[in-house]
Amino acid sequence: MISAKDVPANARILTVSVDGELVEFKDGETIYEVADRCSREVPTLCYDPRLEAFGSCRLCVVEVEGIKNPVASCTTKATDGMVIKTRTNDIEQYRKTLLEMVASENRNLDIDPLAGYASQELGKLIERYEARPDRFCGKQSGKTNQEDKNPFILRDYDNCISCYRCVRVCAEQEGDHAINIINRGFETQISTEFGNDLRDSQCTFCGQCVQTCPTGALSDKKALRAKELPEEIKKTRSVCPYCGVGCTVDILSKGDRVVGIQPAMDGPANEGALCIKGQYAFDFVHHPDRLKKPLIRQEDGTFKESDWDEALDAAAKGYKKVLEENGRRSIYGIASGRAPHEAAYTMQKFIRSNCGTNYIDNCSRS
Amino acid sequence: MEYPEVIFAIGTNMTECHPVAATRLKKAVSRGAKMVVVDPRETRLAQMADLHLRIRVGSDVALLLAMANVIAREDLIDAEFIESRTAGSEEFLSHVKDFTPEWASSICEVPAEQIEQAALWFGAGTPSAIYYTLGITEHICGVDNVQSLCNLSLMTGNLGIKGGGINPMRGQNNIQGAGDCGAVPSNFPGFQACADPINAEKFSKAYGTQIDAEKGITKVAALNLCGSEGPDGIHAMLIDGENTVVTDPDKNHCEKALKSLQHLVVIDLFMTETAELADVVFPATGFAETDGVQTNTERRVQRLRAAVPAPGEAKPDWWIISEIAKRMGNTKFDHFKSAKDVFNELCSLSPIYAGLDWDRIGDGEYQWPVPEKDHPGTPRLHEKEFKNGKGLFKIIGYRDPAEVIDKDYPVWLTTGRRLQAYHTRTQTGRSAGIDYLLNEESLEINPSDAVDWGINDGEIVEMESRRGKIQIKARLTDCSPRGTVFTSFSFASVPVNVLTGSGYDPVTDTAELKVCPVSIAKIDK
Repeated sequence: MISAKDVPANARILTVSVDGELVEFKDGETIYEVADRCSREVPTLCYDPRLEAFGSCRLCVVEVEGIKNPVASCTTKATDGMVIKTRTNDIEQYRKTLLEMVASENRNLDIDPLAGYASQELGKLIERYEARPDRFCGKQSGKTNQEDKNPFILRDYDNCISCYRCVRVCAEQEGDHAINIINRGFETQISTEFGNDLRDSQCTFCGQCVQTCPTGALSDKKALRAKELPEEIKKTRSVCPYCGVGCTVDILSKGDRVVGIQPAMDGPANEGALCIKGQYAFDFVHHPDRLKKPLIRQEDGTFKESDWDEALDAAAKGYKKVLEENGRRSIYGIASGRAPHEAAYTMQKFIRSNCGTNYIDNCSRS
Repeated sequence: MEYPEVIFAIGTNMTECHPVAATRLKKAVSRGAKMVVVDPRETRLAQMADLHLRIRVGSDVALLLAMANVIAREDLIDAEFIESRTAGSEEFLSHVKDFTPEWASSICEVPAEQIEQAALWFGAGTPSAIYYTLGITEHICGVDNVQSLCNLSLMTGNLGIKGGGINPMRGQNNIQGAGDCGAVPSNFPGFQACADPINAEKFSKAYGTQIDAEKGITKVAALNLCGSEGPDGIHAMLIDGENTVVTDPDKNHCEKALKSLQHLVVIDLFMTETAELADVVFPATGFAETDGVQTNTERRVQRLRAAVPAPGEAKPDWWIISEIAKRMGNTKFDHFKSAKDVFNELCSLSPIYAGLDWDRIGDGEYQWPVPEKDHPGTPRLHEKEFKNGKGLFKIIGYRDPAEVIDKDYPVWLTTGRRLQAYHTRTQTGRSAGIDYLLNEESLEINPSDAVDWGINDGEIVEMESRRGKIQIKARLTDCSPRGTVFTSFSFASVPVNVLTGSGYDPVTDTAELKVCPVSIAKIDK
């Protein structure tokens, strides 16, 4: 007779019970991952699915039959036949008390959503659990560092809860190790080497620490410039305009203005990552230097603003004249590697259908 | 990118130019992958490498030949792959016998043992992946470089497998897309060769004009023919979103070429140095204002979406170009009412896009080719077979760059990008905060060279090539090896492309922007 033990783990169907529901899982999955898959909404603060589970905030605790104390679901692997309860009264009460302790340090819980992708996490949990931030009063850890004058990352560690997501994303995701933890207990502080400003560290200003921070301790200084604009924040899914990696981004806008960029955590090429250019170099969109009207060169060499009809006619007339006088091989088109497909496609069609030549190229040779 | 066992990164400053791709390589490294970086400069990527080969600029072919030599000698070849998937191996394997690491060392200035080590790792890796950028292609031997890399991958069977392959990192958001769309002189949309009469007939019919069944000339050739009196003369250009005057080599030549045109129309976001030369300039919509499609470096077809209105009267490029065509009496643009119409026409004429349309690409899940509607897309090319049958080994020999250092120009200049700036800074230069990190250009000089040349950190020096001279601030750093200096082409105040342009690859016409002999001198006070 074959016992379950003789069947390799990957050939067996593994199941756990989650709040009474039988759920299949793959060997190696944590309880949190299984529970998340069946939408149990287990609360977390130190968890970022892109990082190694850390198990420090203890909010994700669940009851497992046969284990006396609640276990952290993010660091505990699911095993076959496990009976898990994610929302007992005891567990929910425990989470509420934990949240009240986390919030006890007079933290600012009203964080503007422009601060960062995860910036609402703590505030939302406090609300969900109707936790009372003033239930406990005690010392405060983390000291604000507003002296760092970098224009991108606001470092207000008054709001830091020592989840270390910033430190871990910098190390695990970016491999930059620009920031680390110094001291212990209430003296805990996130710092660069020698306490320098970020500019003088290994920091590349990719903004990943900002986007993973669950409390707004690290916030997007640039986006917060638009805090006072009255309009709602709108998110539009698009792709970064810089290199060829093609990172998916959410453009944050208020009214007619782009106010910030956030990485798309499910972007197929970037999986939530961005670099300084994609994250922060977007002001060109509204720069006063942007061309706003067509321009036609005058006899004296200067440009004159014109309406579209006049400029389009002038452009067309010029090509017709050259075609007539110099033949179809006298016109050349250079398409952009920066504009979308529709631009490149129309460019090549312009040359091929007007001239019958293949006198078309793009900027890839330089 | 997290899957290779051995990473061979050559001519790519990935942490600065493709930072997000670099994070995935870093993860592979922290997972235990070995990384070999070939670069004259000590980049961040080089610092993270297990082995950094500080090659002399422009000598890649010598290094790659010697690696092939070692891989063959140590029998690290994939005989089965070579037998079933390739052609020309016998000649190639006998060709590389002569090119020992010692021979290569005398050219590329990398110790022979390091070449041996790189080859042994690459040959043994299961799989080994190659990553390259313009440090490979922007040479007179750019094609030779790429084919040398192909040879390495072919002989070790590292193609068409997860975590392997030859992976060029494209520099611009949609430079891949520009090629996909046929904005090249050799191919119609979807990489259908112009020289094939069947393709020419197909597009002649679709576009209602008889189109030549032969390649057009490249941009480089066209610039050389601008204003020419002869029958080949180019007298009008349409330039969309490219600051040609600043990005192209030999700036003075380029400027003169564009000025000699009878008619130049430029479409751009800003009044660039190139737009300044135009007869008519049109304002285009840009990022965050345009609905459209772009393809990334892994052939992933992704949607761009407008979030805000464009400034003033700016319009999408496709609309502007279509309107000009219409006013020339061309009716083949009449049905373009939206970006969707344009993209769907591209799909209808391109077999690699045949399974796609505007409504299917919303989540960016497709990598072309997508030949029919229910096709899942193609994350890896060449999995079972190569498009043209067998993978061909190419016989390649080493040749010097177009110009080599001599008595008058004794220093190698190589150029590139920086993390905080993009190209000619028309965009990053107009974004608040970037200046806090990078507000001026500098020339990176090895400190020992600086001592020899009597140059101090922060001093303005004069750098001269056979084509021109510029002034630039010296910055002393070990990042540059002895005898080689580096700067970027991002700042208009330091127009480094006044100096470059010594030669072009004979096949692709790509400029040798990565190698330029220069002299460096103190400025007499």
